[in-house]
Amino acid sequence: MSPVAAPEMVNPGINDVIEDAKRHAKDPAQDQTMVLNMGPQHPSTHGVLRLVLEIDGETVVSMAPDIGYLHTGIEKTAEAKFYQQVVPLTDRIDYLSPMCNNLCYCLAVEKLLGLEIPERAQTIRVLLNELTRIQSHLVWLGTHAMDIGALTVFLYCFREREELLRLFEAVAGQRMMTSYFRIGGLSMEPPAGWFARVQKFLNMMPSKIAEYEGLLSGNPIWYSRLKGVGYLSPEDAVRLGVTGPPLRASGVDWDLRRDMPYTGYEKYQFKVPISHDGDVWARYTIRLEEMYESIKIAQQALDRMPEGRITADAPKIILPDREEMKTQMESLIHHFKIVTEGFGVPAGEVFQTVESPRGVMGYYVVSDGTNKPLRVHMRNPSYATLQALETMCKGKLLGDVVAVIGSIDIVLGEIDR
Amino acid sequence: MAEALLTLDAVREALPDNAALTTLRDLAVSAKFDRNELTITVAPGNIVAAARAVQAAGYNFFEDCTAVDWYPSEPRFQMTYHIVSTTLKQRVRLAVLLEGDDPAVDSITSVWPSSNFYEREVFDLFGIRFVGHPNLVRIMMPLDWKGHPLRKNYPVEGYR
Repeated sequence: MSPVAAPEMVNPGINDVIEDAKRHAKDPAQDQTMVLNMGPQHPSTHGVLRLVLEIDGETVVSMAPDIGYLHTGIEKTAEAKFYQQVVPLTDRIDYLSPMCNNLCYCLAVEKLLGLEIPERAQTIRVLLNELTRIQSHLVWLGTHAMDIGALTVFLYCFREREELLRLFEAVAGQRMMTSYFRIGGLSMEPPAGWFARVQKFLNMMPSKIAEYEGLLSGNPIWYSRLKGVGYLSPEDAVRLGVTGPPLRASGVDWDLRRDMPYTGYEKYQFKVPISHDGDVWARYTIRLEEMYESIKIAQQALDRMPEGRITADAPKIILPDREEMKTQMESLIHHFKIVTEGFGVPAGEVFQTVESPRGVMGYYVVSDGTNKPLRVHMRNPSYATLQALETMCKGKLLGDVVAVIGSIDIVLGEIDR
Repeated sequence: MAEALLTLDAVREALPDNAALTTLRDLAVSAKFDRNELTITVAPGNIVAAARAVQAAGYNFFEDCTAVDWYPSEPRFQMTYHIVSTTLKQRVRLAVLLEGDDPAVDSITSVWPSSNFYEREVFDLFGIRFVGHPNLVRIMMPLDWKGHPLRKNYPVEGYR
């Protein structure tokens, strides 16, 4: 008789999996199982995810993730920093979509402060968020394809990603940890000629996505490794807190950019791709379509790019221009005060969510009226989606576990924080 | 920015049709409507009932739960649950206030299994126990760790 996991095990811990294997070993009516340790140093776990799997031959009987290897206590560190000093910490949470993290944190603090952000800053934020989404999906596609065994795609994806990172570097001075968004606006105006470079990239990108599709979609090996693998029903997806492309691949139509718009997303026309298949293949096609939609949104942002300021009118919160600081007494005082003692934020609590490339990212910021946050909590999409891994892999083949991990686009930095 | 509404009656008056307020008519202890966000506080013993009630009222998606440490004031801990409705496109925040240094509250994993990891995280970092949780062990810190790092009386640099 082939062994089955104890029915009461829902999201078990590693010890439960080991106990389950012992239970099978004692039962003469059932086949013996083996406990396999996968990771934390395993190339297909995208970082330091450790999985403990109970397997019967090639079939997964039960499994448990073990996380925390990258826990750096960012939430605790944030409590000891001024509000503006938390922005660089947020880059390091989800290191593949730094701009989404910056945006979410800045929006939360701006909500506490009641700041109005100028139109131009909002439009640049939307543009950069969509470029970040393309960048993140490119890393996902490259590494996911490499896990499955299609090594070529990786190099093609990173070729385009390199161009995006150059665009980020031009605008923020940093390739990955950008910290470009500030509370109240942006850190600086994009350099001359930058919008033309973005336009060139947007013109070139659709043909490149078609190129990846040409490499993968018609490939019979790729198709058979993805189609029907890792099924997740819409009920389970909602029950287990899955968000983002995996949720939409299961047929739940929920995208915060459209349904709870922030930073002016209600002004853009775009489609939310959706599928009812719920398998790895559906997640793959949805992310490819999302890249096309992101290009459309970025194009609309470029076309409507208004003139004007890039920071809100709040001299006690936003650092003054260098020139002003050196010529005007009042600006010098503001600069000195912001840098040495930060700024007070009215007491209250806010929860701000954005649609990151991986799903719903939320920042919960509690203020007690001082210049340091009382509590900053991040709701990260991969953390919740990881809970669904067991449902997707139980009773399936061990080789499919790798495909499923790739399909939920896991980033351990944001899981462990 | 609109003025914050801080009493239950004022919030009820301002939001007469809100599904969460209506369904929690008997369970709500206090309510707050601030910066367009609705917070409903319930008694610690009623959190599972409140979660079931808002779920039945259409708030189907559990997004997040976490704790806030108000040390040294009492009640010390605040548990915060964020629940969103994909049909109403609204969010509600449920809050529970817990007293003492060794607090416990009922687990809502029976209502939303997705709260599993979140409650484990709060247990690990704040030391709040969740009664009825299927697998309440540390998730971020090593299993033999002493103390709960996100408590306000835990030093930022650690004890060592």
